[in-house]
Amino acid sequence: MSVLLIAEHDNSKLKPFTLNAITAASKIDSEVHVLVAGTNCENITKEVSSIPLVKKVLWCDSPNYQNYLPENLAPLVTKTAEKYDHIVASANTFGKNFMPRVAAALDISQVSDIIKVSSPDTFVRPIYAGNAFATVKSNDKKKCVTIRPTSFDPAEKTGGSAQIEKIEAVDVPNNSKFIKREETKSERPELGTARVVVSGGRGLESGENFKLITDIADKLNAAVGASRAAVDAGYISNDHQVGQTGKVVVPDLYIAVGISGAIQHLAGMKESKIIVAINKDGEAPIFSVADYGLEADLFKALPEFLAELNKLNTIQK
Amino acid sequence: MKILVAVKRVIDYNVQIRVKEDGSGVHTDNVKMSTNPPDDNAVEESVKLKESGKVKEVIAISIGEDKAQETIRKALAVGADKGIHVKTDSYIEPLGIAKILKKIVEKEKPDMVFLGKQAIDDDCNQTGQMLAAMLNWPQATFTSKVNLKDKSIEIVREIDEGLETIEVNLPAIVSCDLRLNEPRFASLPNIMKAKKKPMEQIDAKDLSLDLTNRIQQIKVEEPPKRKAGIKVANVAELVSKLKNEAKVL
Repeated sequence: MSVLLIAEHDNSKLKPFTLNAITAASKIDSEVHVLVAGTNCENITKEVSSIPLVKKVLWCDSPNYQNYLPENLAPLVTKTAEKYDHIVASANTFGKNFMPRVAAALDISQVSDIIKVSSPDTFVRPIYAGNAFATVKSNDKKKCVTIRPTSFDPAEKTGGSAQIEKIEAVDVPNNSKFIKREETKSERPELGTARVVVSGGRGLESGENFKLITDIADKLNAAVGASRAAVDAGYISNDHQVGQTGKVVVPDLYIAVGISGAIQHLAGMKESKIIVAINKDGEAPIFSVADYGLEADLFKALPEFLAELNKLNTIQK
Repeated sequence: MKILVAVKRVIDYNVQIRVKEDGSGVHTDNVKMSTNPPDDNAVEESVKLKESGKVKEVIAISIGEDKAQETIRKALAVGADKGIHVKTDSYIEPLGIAKILKKIVEKEKPDMVFLGKQAIDDDCNQTGQMLAAMLNWPQATFTSKVNLKDKSIEIVREIDEGLETIEVNLPAIVSCDLRLNEPRFASLPNIMKAKKKPMEQIDAKDLSLDLTNRIQQIKVEEPPKRKAGIKVANVAELVSKLKNEAKVL
């Protein structure tokens, strides 16, 4: 029994969620092998080989894998999967994109977005926006599994020295083309891994008013989140969206401001350790999941909040 | 050009679902059902492409029990031309759904298949990609912008880091995100007209496919509930609680 995990990286750095997926993979079986496919990505193979939980690194270097076009990546994973019992990746826009192609090619029913490994064939996964947890058993011989990264701790990064084995690229169909990627550059921590997240909703009323949120976020070294309503209204870009179809976050502290708390938003944040809600509507559903609720006008409360934070001598980073 | 657009009937997104006491699933009796939200975006985009003149025909398909026809009728009422209902009374996993869709694609020969990126009931996010793999077609997932050309489509996709632009050759699969467009409402006259549009019925059993589910549902349970919190009187109290009680500042 061994597990094939597909690493996510941008050819210069390993993406942090790969570490969480490695932890989950190691709970399926201790023989975790990681496929690093990319272009001039030797550095990534070294980074992965030093992760103690990784037993072997498979390195496939080809211009075809530079941008993770699923049409190109899936055939490589499918071929490599021959020798493995489990094929695993993160359940983010990277893993969600290619893994079902692999599963279909292998005639496997994929188990998506697991939050717990009960045994090598039994997993727990949220359904209905996290309003129910399903325990499911895969009866396929091989299993394709995607992992909700925030449900597993990141693996240790150093101390290992796994063998690196080069593997051959496979033919690609040449039916898709990468054009460009517009990444939102930010000095703030990443939303998926931040210790503190400050999120704004439609209550902010405009994109300019999001400055009230970002000021607090900067003070707390926090990531900035948003409800779907705020993104749909154009206040902030899509990569900030927290929720069922956005990102799932599990920070130590989640501060929801001007967010009513639709089921779809709660799906993305209700596992946070401490939840604060600031909303002028005392009946808003967000208060039902909040540890601390403040019924107040956010335009008054946020400047006060910033002033109070400024009074504190130290803030944990 | 021709588009096949797949729609799924699910528990309405505003319904707070209830887990059955025996752990066998969630209550669906007397629960409001509607079209899976991103499937509405898929229908809207298909109809817009038809209105632009680039697409001649839009076929809406749904797989499920008889009531799935309501979902198809809704797509017909906003502009789809024809419906296909593949009838089955049992739950079929995305792998099986993709196999059924493949059969229909081979028969109808559309240039594109549009569908929602994810169903909000099982939250699997698989069907479009699986269908693409089975047909050996390219795919665009999480689509928030479509630019249809003669032999390809340029797509803007929503990814974790921001936005990505790709171009895929036709035929292709397009899985739609919620920001792709604003789905229209059907007018009463169009709802009436939709009742006269053709609806083909196929029994899933007649497709000679192996649709056996591979995943066994062992139990469905409620997630652990959060303890009810408290309301604080003012900002100073909030900060003090966060600092001294929750110790997160």
